[in-house]
Amino acid sequence: MNKYNFAFFDEQSKREIRRALLKAVAIPGYQVPFASREMPIARGWGTGGLQVMLAIVGKKDVIKVIDQGSDDSVNAVSIRKFIKQMTGVLETAETSEASIVQSRHRVPEVPLTGEQILILQVPIPEPLRETEQSELRAKRLHAEKEYSGVWLSLFEQIMKYGCTATGADHPTMVHERYVMSPSPIPRYDNRKLNDCAALILFGAGREKKIYALPPYTKVESLAFVDRPFVSESMHGKICRLCGAEGVFLDESVQAAGAGPFYECNDTGYCRQRQSSKSRLDRGEKSGD
Amino acid sequence: MAYVAVKGGEAAIAESIKRLRYERLRERRTIAVKAIRSGLRALVDRVMSEASLYAKELAALAIKQAEGNPEEATFLLRAYRSTLPRKYYSRLTSMGSMFVERRISAAFKDIAGGQLLGASADYTHRLLDFNLEKETSANVRAWLAAFQREQEAEKPSVMPRVELPRVTDILRSEGLLRHMQQDDTAPRDITRQSMTFPAERSERLQTLTRGESGAVVALGYAAIRGYGLAAHPTVAALVVGRVAITIDYPLGACDSDDEALYLGQVRVTEVDAIIPAAKKGPGGKQEIEIRLGYGLCFGQNESKAIAMSVLDYCLEHPIPDSPVHDEEFVLTHIDSVEASGFISHLKLPHYVTFQSELDAARRINRGER
Repeated sequence: MNKYNFAFFDEQSKREIRRALLKAVAIPGYQVPFASREMPIARGWGTGGLQVMLAIVGKKDVIKVIDQGSDDSVNAVSIRKFIKQMTGVLETAETSEASIVQSRHRVPEVPLTGEQILILQVPIPEPLRETEQSELRAKRLHAEKEYSGVWLSLFEQIMKYGCTATGADHPTMVHERYVMSPSPIPRYDNRKLNDCAALILFGAGREKKIYALPPYTKVESLAFVDRPFVSESMHGKICRLCGAEGVFLDESVQAAGAGPFYECNDTGYCRQRQSSKSRLDRGEKSGD
Repeated sequence: MAYVAVKGGEAAIAESIKRLRYERLRERRTIAVKAIRSGLRALVDRVMSEASLYAKELAALAIKQAEGNPEEATFLLRAYRSTLPRKYYSRLTSMGSMFVERRISAAFKDIAGGQLLGASADYTHRLLDFNLEKETSANVRAWLAAFQREQEAEKPSVMPRVELPRVTDILRSEGLLRHMQQDDTAPRDITRQSMTFPAERSERLQTLTRGESGAVVALGYAAIRGYGLAAHPTVAALVVGRVAITIDYPLGACDSDDEALYLGQVRVTEVDAIIPAAKKGPGGKQEIEIRLGYGLCFGQNESKAIAMSVLDYCLEHPIPDSPVHDEEFVLTHIDSVEASGFISHLKLPHYVTFQSELDAARRINRGER
């Protein structure tokens, strides 16, 4: 039925991507160029992550794909469907059951283990792009560890607004060497990259770059001593579905007049909490 | 272990795909791939050029599937191209061996071999031809028969084989155009190795030739309108014709074309543009040198090939602060699949990133540090 090779690519193409991945793991935070094939999903829709996934996925893997925290989001569904069609591997929505998690802009709430690999989709891999448009010059700045531009732009934000004004994609310093875009994950997720037990791979398809964080890499969010890094405030907000506090929440707007309500952004995590809660309510013991 | 089934989005997606199919078929008519191939030649050419895959049948199929949207059709063809292993590289093809169908020069009134107008809309008035509404296959057959008779009456019994000289060679023989060394360095294949900057000329030409037609034309237009260049290029020659593609015999390189394997022909549009530029002569004297820009693309895509020749020149001769002379600016923004992909990704949910932005804006506006 399947006219395509296992995991879509021919073996030559997979080998090419794996070579780039190995180099990326060897130099944490360094952006390795790769040829980047055109995929059956649009560039900008996660083709970098998908190519990394297809290059590493094996027949025994269990995959989870999330888009902005959700397993149900159309793009997550579409990517997962494609991977399944091309490999026949099992899928899951539970982070703990997955061996490979491909994600757009979230690190799951459930802590990752050394048995797992997280693949993050990246739109703009170059953390210096805002201050240096040229690829060639940015590459030189990285080589010389010349990061005044990034520091200055954070400093300028403090001068203008009294604090740094970054949204998602707050730049990080990897292993005291490379400034790296963590991909547009919320600042809340930045701390999860530091000293993470899992291997984290970043794929930027349109920009044709791969980079990586091997397990237990030191990842610091750029900040000044007297202006520490601040993540999104979830203070006093509770998920209306599972009652979780202190996790990254989606804000939903209701009709005018009524206040916003909140739900866990990580839908897999939320569902898991809801089902274990209902089991407890029924007097059963937690399954695992 | 139970694997949680993922629900929700899946059903909605299936319905959306069904709806798309319905939109294509709702008028109860279907267009044959053959009809697209023969009747939408310009679109087929454009899609093959942007997809950088010379395959008329597949391009026509992609156009059918994409309901005529070139960006979608190019995307389909590129994605298909990704699954094809690269087995061979073709041998060098000399453009001098082209079977010329059209060749015009804007530089000289008379060129050796003559101006050959070929097939072009250039000399038509752009008036809607309402007769085409009623075109029948009987009409078509009658017209074709008459056309054939006319051709046969005029055709000499033996067509002489004429080698058309390159217009630029005439300028070279006069010393106006610098004589260049033949450079047969193997090109870097941008589909196997990502382009790095500064790019090689072979990488630039590959990127330009598969560029989105509108984007290439727009940037070429900006260049000659004054954002850069500041000179009016002259088309020394625009040639449309077919060239043979051959590969080495797989068991060993061959010395002559006769031993090579012939794969087929591709129709291409080739442009040599000449651009005057100041140069320092002997003793610091200002002189004018004539320089060259080169455009070549699959199919008959004349505006694109001309614009490509302008941009090739611009990138060969960078001018600071001019975006069209900046190779990173030009080469990273003209690809149809990349540009439309990133623009269309804005339709994806962004509620995490937006939440993060909102948080920063609220915090700042509340005056929190």
